[in-house]
Amino acid sequence: MELTRRKALALGSGALAAYGVGILPAVASLADDEIAKVTGGAEAAAGELTVTAPEIAENGNTVPIEISAPGAVMVAIFADGNPTPNVATFKFGPLNPTRMAATRIRLASTQNVIAIAQMEDGSFQRAQAEVKVTIGGCGG
Amino acid sequence: MKNKTAKGLALVVACAIPVLSYAQDDNVLNIEGEVMITETAAPAHLDGLRTIYSGWRFRTPETQALQMDDFENPAMIFVDQALDLFEAVDGTEGKSCASCHAGPEEFAGLTATMPKVIGGKLTTMEDLLNGHRVEVMGAEPWKWSSADMQAMIALIGLQSRGMPMNVAVDGAAEPFYELGKEMYYTRYGQLELSCANCHENSYGMMIRADHLSQGQVNGFPTYRLKQAKLISRHNRFRGCIRDTRAETFAEGSDEFRALELYVASRSNGLSVETPAVRQ
Amino acid sequence: MADNVKPRVRVPKSASAGETITIKTLISHTMESGQRKDKEGNLIPRSIINRFVVDFNGENVIDVTLEPAISTNPYFQFDATVPETGEFTFTWYDDDGSVYTESKSIDVA
Repeated sequence: MELTRRKALALGSGALAAYGVGILPAVASLADDEIAKVTGGAEAAAGELTVTAPEIAENGNTVPIEISAPGAVMVAIFADGNPTPNVATFKFGPLNPTRMAATRIRLASTQNVIAIAQMEDGSFQRAQAEVKVTIGGCGG
Repeated sequence: MKNKTAKGLALVVACAIPVLSYAQDDNVLNIEGEVMITETAAPAHLDGLRTIYSGWRFRTPETQALQMDDFENPAMIFVDQALDLFEAVDGTEGKSCASCHAGPEEFAGLTATMPKVIGGKLTTMEDLLNGHRVEVMGAEPWKWSSADMQAMIALIGLQSRGMPMNVAVDGAAEPFYELGKEMYYTRYGQLELSCANCHENSYGMMIRADHLSQGQVNGFPTYRLKQAKLISRHNRFRGCIRDTRAETFAEGSDEFRALELYVASRSNGLSVETPAVRQ
Repeated sequence: MADNVKPRVRVPKSASAGETITIKTLISHTMESGQRKDKEGNLIPRSIINRFVVDFNGENVIDVTLEPAISTNPYFQFDATVPETGEFTFTWYDDDGSVYTESKSIDVA
């Protein structure tokens, strides 16, 4: 078949649509699997744990986030739309009073940043924030 | 003719409403206690704009915050590296910058006037540094957009931070200024876009998800979040022209030197913000 | 050793005993994720800082495991209490085996 530009565009966008529809659930469950590795399947409820992230990230390469987990010994961060969902794990020592941490992360697309905190008593908390990651015009 | 008028009218109507919604914000850029001028009357030679704004005013609050503190500013780690480079011996003459220059503070005010004509040649910071390295230090020239080069230019630019941009457009600079100005208003590429189409006629609007600024260069070399490193003025020109789907000019080309002079002169009056943080 | 890796830390010079202080750290590192491809289409192998540990007078303040999703030039901000005068040690561990360190003293009244 003669590959006209029109046909190539149609093929391309069809493939992209299929990719988009197909891949998203798979990636989201990758995050769930990694989270389960941390919690051992135990429930992670809402608590004092918070995730602060911009609503819109001006560039997905450098997105500032902050987690605050009073009373936690460990916080694991996941990004459910990234090729690999693990982002970082923070273990807090005895000289850490506030159990907060701020860092800058890479987000491949609009997705949730999920924090799972393990508390001193062994229970888990969960918090998340959605970050819209935009594709720029000329600059992006 | 009818077609052009209709298009023109449509463009005006399309422009009017978005500019109200997405104009530059009113935030104040205060870096370590020093307030920067991010808004001022356009310089006399600039007919196309009444007011000029720093690119900082078009960024999200998170990006803006990164520039307001010298530790938060990711560019500063490269300025630190340049401080080491300043002391490092390099070249056949066995000298470092420090052998002859007491410290980077010596260069306060320089960046605000660059690029400028020196000995008949339009000279950028990159030219100045390399000329010095080769002729005085007997060292290898740095590549235009290398980490070392841009870090050193950022270190020197930092010494002018807070001072108003003041690039000469007359006298020896005039022919280069005119060439640069012509380029600025020339449409390039398959998309047939000139710098002015976006940065003069459409600043404040969104181009896809990017908030268009006036394309000022008072903060260069700038730390771009996209590349997570310091970016030179010519590197940005290349990126912009490439995005119009054109064969772009090279970094260090005479065309880009002239364009740099013209674009820098459009920011005369704004504070030098080097090293700025942008998306 | 990765090229041009330079740490930068901000610790207050002094504090009162038991005070909570904020510490900021930065280190220049490309954090090659392992997802990027070179011009020939080959995957550029992963090469990141994978761990960051901060101790004060030998006691742990924070211990971070980093994945490729941490941005280039990793930045961390966190708090610490300082019971007495002493020294913070900052250690970054690179995939390639290099270890980068920095230390800062603090006077505690």
